[in-house]
Amino acid sequence: MAEIRLEGVTKRFGRTAAVEDLSLTIADGEFLVLLGPTGAGKTTALRLVAGLERPDAGRIAIGGRDVTAEPPAARDVTFVFQQYSLYPHLSVYDNLAFPLRSPTRRVPEAEIETTVRELARLLQIEDKLKNRATQLSGGQMQRVAIGRALVRRPSVYLMDEPLSSLDAKLRADLRLELKRIQVDLGATILYVTHDQIEAMTLATRIGVIDRGRLVQVGSPREIYEQPVDTYVAQRLGQPAINLLPADLLPANRLAAGTRTVGARTEHIRVTPADGQARGRVKWVEHLGDQSHLHIALDGHSLVALVDPDTALERDAAVDITLADPLCFDAAGRRIG
Amino acid sequence: MSTSAHSVVEPTGRTKAIAGSLVIAYALITMLPLVWIFLTALKTPPDSISYPPKIVFTPSLEGFCNLFTTRSRQTEDYIKSLPPASGTCEQIARARNMVVAGPSNYVPRFWNSVVIAFGSTFFAVALGTMAAYGFSRFRVPLADDLLFFILSTRMMPPIAVAIPIYLMYRELGLSDTKFGMILLYTAVNVSLAVWLLKGFIDEIPREYEEAAMIDGYTRLQAFRKVVLPQAATGIAATAIFCMIFAWNEYAFAVLLTSGEAQTAPPFIPIIIGEGGQDWPAVAAGTAIFLVPIVVFTVLLRKHLLRGITFGAVRK
Ligand SMILES: Nc1ncnc2c1ncn2[C@@H]1O[C@H](COP(=O)(O)OP(=O)(O)O)[C@@H](O)[C@H]1O
Ligand SMILES: [Mg+2]
Repeated sequence: MAEIRLEGVTKRFGRTAAVEDLSLTIADGEFLVLLGPTGAGKTTALRLVAGLERPDAGRIAIGGRDVTAEPPAARDVTFVFQQYSLYPHLSVYDNLAFPLRSPTRRVPEAEIETTVRELARLLQIEDKLKNRATQLSGGQMQRVAIGRALVRRPSVYLMDEPLSSLDAKLRADLRLELKRIQVDLGATILYVTHDQIEAMTLATRIGVIDRGRLVQVGSPREIYEQPVDTYVAQRLGQPAINLLPADLLPANRLAAGTRTVGARTEHIRVTPADGQARGRVKWVEHLGDQSHLHIALDGHSLVALVDPDTALERDAAVDITLADPLCFDAAGRRIG
Repeated sequence: MSTSAHSVVEPTGRTKAIAGSLVIAYALITMLPLVWIFLTALKTPPDSISYPPKIVFTPSLEGFCNLFTTRSRQTEDYIKSLPPASGTCEQIARARNMVVAGPSNYVPRFWNSVVIAFGSTFFAVALGTMAAYGFSRFRVPLADDLLFFILSTRMMPPIAVAIPIYLMYRELGLSDTKFGMILLYTAVNVSLAVWLLKGFIDEIPREYEEAAMIDGYTRLQAFRKVVLPQAATGIAATAIFCMIFAWNEYAFAVLLTSGEAQTAPPFIPIIIGEGGQDWPAVAAGTAIFLVPIVVFTVLLRKHLLRGITFGAVRK
């Protein structure tokens, strides 16, 4: 186990800066999630830490040792890739054993067997060990891919959207599993995803990344409650935050200079009103445990959360007030 | 596997019948000369040139005997004075007033073909795989120009360079040597190999090697353990193409080999001249010559058909 330290790391491909001036320290035993949309530079950041790319500028240290110039094999990391899973020409067993059979490691076959079988039990794929890697379902493949990262005990685990190709149920299961494994091992994990739920549930800290730049780092609560700008505010929250002109709605409290208010569902008070009210319910989305109210208001639309047993219906008139919304200035920075 | 999804393009009975007859017709057209060669190989020389051609005949080993032996003509009295014939070929020869004088050159020529074809295929595929890997994975300066140059060596007909190569080989002492022929066929095939294999290696996601390198393998070890097995299909296909070229090559073989390193293709036609038009011997030589390439192709065919990476990469 070890900490990862990135200092001013930049990587360009031609004219695109995939990662720009990235400084970030991931503490020993921390589960840091980099959150950003496709093309934000998440994969590149991971590849830089793994040594698969050389930075154009900056330094990378793992466990206090400068590894900027070292090849991947010398860095003692594992990597779960986003795009591929397993060696198609090997069995599941051989796939799991592959990292241990590296010529630099020289683990005795008996020990490999014990480790692989133990891991297979943990991942619930014991009965698939003899299968070819190509004869597995997507979920099983991805378990094996994660298993390959767990089979040895590296200083650092790097994971590139390992759950993104799975269906919702499996994703939820594996999310729990991963978190449990991380806690059990006390592993240092750098994990990237575009999925806010993964970020919120897995992370000790979240780093929000946009077009190669790290915008904000903090605990999931901090990122959610105190986003530095509208971009970060939009990354978290389901349904997404409503961004509205400051003078559109009455609010109990606005910081001076506010141009945009960010209203999450918990900041919105919806009250039924008579026909004079400005808000109109466009439709009600029933999700079972909750309902989303889509409201049109002076040419803007916003989404609020209501009880599933709400009496509000389509075309109902509503009054809306805001309680402690987020305040952003003209440049989109949060000022209160 | 939904059948209804395919029903729109499911061929009708008539289409199937037409397609079927076309395939059968094509198969017949290509197979007929081969069948004729095998039949001729089993005929006697008179049967082989009889008109109208004989479809039904008594099979004879005369063609094979004539292929593997040299014979000398003797007087009937001399032959009568000999002790009884010891082998089939001796018997056949005596029936035509000849005795077996010794083995022919067919076996050594055939062996030359084997050594030269396998040798050049091995080197072309080995060099081609490594070059293709380099072009596929590394930023090679002027890669496109180099690849075009490599391909362009295949664009002119070989005969265009026959004279310069003949002179060069004579000067270098490479004429009529197995080494020289392996070198030549390797040079001709390596361009094809690089192009074919680059396509196959481009298809293998580089994440596989990267994963191996992160796991503590060097690039060369990753190449051997991860890339080679997945490129096996492409390597097999390439090997077949190289093999077929080297095995069948005639023009350079005639020009550059005459004894020591002569391959079977220039040798087989020579048989005709020895004592009349001995078509059964030529046919026998050709029939045997066909066997290795057919076996080689059939053996690797399984490999060609098995798409080993199918479904392994998540989309
Ligand atoms: N090998 C590469 N060559 C050229 N451009 C690249 C390469 N890798 C990434 N990029 C570019 O860098 C940016 C970040 O890519 P990536 O790190 O893959 O983002 P993410 O993983 O967040 O989707 C993208 O604009 C992408 O097109
Ligand atoms: Mg990515």
